[in-house]
Amino acid sequence: MTNSPTNSQNLLLQSGRWKLWEYPLWLLALASPFVLSSHALIINEIAIVALFALSLDLILGYTGIVSLGHAAFFGMGAYSAALFAKLVMPDPLLGLAVGMAAAGLLGALCSATILRGTDLTRLMVTLGVGLILMELANKLDWLTGGADGLQGVIMGPLLGQFEFDLSGRTAAWYSITVLLLVFVVARRFVNSPFGATLKAIRDNRLRAMAIGIPVTSRLAVVYTVAAALAGAAGALLAQTTGFASLDVFEFHRSADVMLILVVGGVGWLYGGVVGAIVFKLMQDAISSITPQYWTFWIGLFLVVLVLVGRERLIRPWTWMRRGSMGSKS
Amino acid sequence: MLTILFDGIAYGMLLFILAVGLAVTMGLMNFINLAHGAFAMVGGYITVLLMQKMGVPFLVCLPLAFLGSALLGGVLERTLYRPLYHKPHLDQVLFSIGLTFMAVATADYFIGSSQQIIQLPEWLKGRTELGQGDWMLGMGHYRLFIIAVCAALTVALQYVLTKTRFGSRLRASVDDQRVAAGMGINVNVVFLGTFAVGSGLAGLGGALGAEVLGLDPSFPLKFMIYFLIVVAVGGTSSITGPLLAALLLGIADVAGKYYIPKLGGFIVYSLMIMILIWRPQGLFVRKGGK
Repeated sequence: MTNSPTNSQNLLLQSGRWKLWEYPLWLLALASPFVLSSHALIINEIAIVALFALSLDLILGYTGIVSLGHAAFFGMGAYSAALFAKLVMPDPLLGLAVGMAAAGLLGALCSATILRGTDLTRLMVTLGVGLILMELANKLDWLTGGADGLQGVIMGPLLGQFEFDLSGRTAAWYSITVLLLVFVVARRFVNSPFGATLKAIRDNRLRAMAIGIPVTSRLAVVYTVAAALAGAAGALLAQTTGFASLDVFEFHRSADVMLILVVGGVGWLYGGVVGAIVFKLMQDAISSITPQYWTFWIGLFLVVLVLVGRERLIRPWTWMRRGSMGSKS
Repeated sequence: MLTILFDGIAYGMLLFILAVGLAVTMGLMNFINLAHGAFAMVGGYITVLLMQKMGVPFLVCLPLAFLGSALLGGVLERTLYRPLYHKPHLDQVLFSIGLTFMAVATADYFIGSSQQIIQLPEWLKGRTELGQGDWMLGMGHYRLFIIAVCAALTVALQYVLTKTRFGSRLRASVDDQRVAAGMGINVNVVFLGTFAVGSGLAGLGGALGAEVLGLDPSFPLKFMIYFLIVVAVGGTSSITGPLLAALLLGIADVAGKYYIPKLGGFIVYSLMIMILIWRPQGLFVRKGGK
């Protein structure tokens, strides 16, 4: 297959263009807190989880790094946003920026750990970072409240106008707006030449290196960006619930977000959003039936999902179009 | 101080028995199996239930725990694991996390979430003290027993791996699957046997460790990281690597928790990350292997 330069350029541009169906979709999403105002709380949660999954997609789906410790950045964002609101000032947008910056900084530090080694090594290192942060949040109880969580976080009104209310409408609107903004930026990011180099690294790191892609710096940058976005998700959670607990660092959270992403589809920005909707609704439904044992069904779902094949179960229409697009890791 | 060293060694030996199956299967099949702890939990529960409900003596329970977990491991290998050997690592991780979640919820549902207690026989309960002052060595009899059993198992494993025909087939399969298959070794059977034995050892470790590590339904998740540390740090090409890594981990963990309890697991995790940054393939790797 030989493409002339303009042809391949068009191909790249084509995939980054906004399609017609996407505008009404986002308008609907933005309107949903006002239409379904009684479900605003769960809409808020879905938006946060979708943002979190989107950030994981950048490193898992687009760069092929299997990470089991993404909750580290989520938790970092949550705790720093909550602490900022409690100790410095209660403005939500500044808090969001602080959360992102803190998580991004952590990501930049941790990116040194994922550059070498096999999948197993990376798995271990990411998992280890998550556990270390959880230990820290647990033991530094004078700062974080330890196992009781960080309580007494009071947020100021958004943009000085909109108070966070109990029904969660402002919160949902806030989270969806942030999600939309991040989505736009992330889309620009993955469809840029930079994003194309990431996919090259995912598909074959050795060849990517051979054609002159600076693999190390690319990995470091994408890991930092993904960490900052995960931090944004964490900050949103802490701000909209007014609470941060050790739960944000739990292993469950890293595993769940991976599941969410896989349900929606890896390497596809809407994957995280779709997965978040499916997962949250499923969690809501199952845990109202068996609150204690719902992890069993999640586990069963995972096992079946893998045995049947991710691609086949989730996106049946893609077997025809692209023969073997299975993500390689 | 010697007591801490002793406890650390006992803990490390236990971790080695728990994780050695994982090391071999991971080296053999390149399969990231996060569900290994589930087999250990099965072994632990077999022991606890047999002792509590039927009054089977402790020493009889241990082989039964081994057999039960090995059987379960063999069946699962044949039915669920085998199709996944050539899938990407992401699939394997998802699958084994799913399996772990199921095991945790199932144990919770049938047995309850409370911590299980094992009634040790009288002769394992005591404690012997040697020496004086700073150099006093206090040895719990049960820990002594653990060290003895694990050391015997290690020697046996080493013997099987280096001296028997099965061992040489196994090593050949680890080094190069395709060539081994071409030489007429039935690689599938080797895999099956190894997986079953590995799971059985995990079950035995779970049974032995129920008293020391504590046994409740979250066992597989709580100790998953420890097994993985042993494997990742020790490398997967031999069993001496994981043994040394397990001992190191055991001693570091016990000493860390004793001297600086405020830091908890912090030391172990930081140590692991540092080692893995320094030597991403593990501390003890053989040159020329995969």
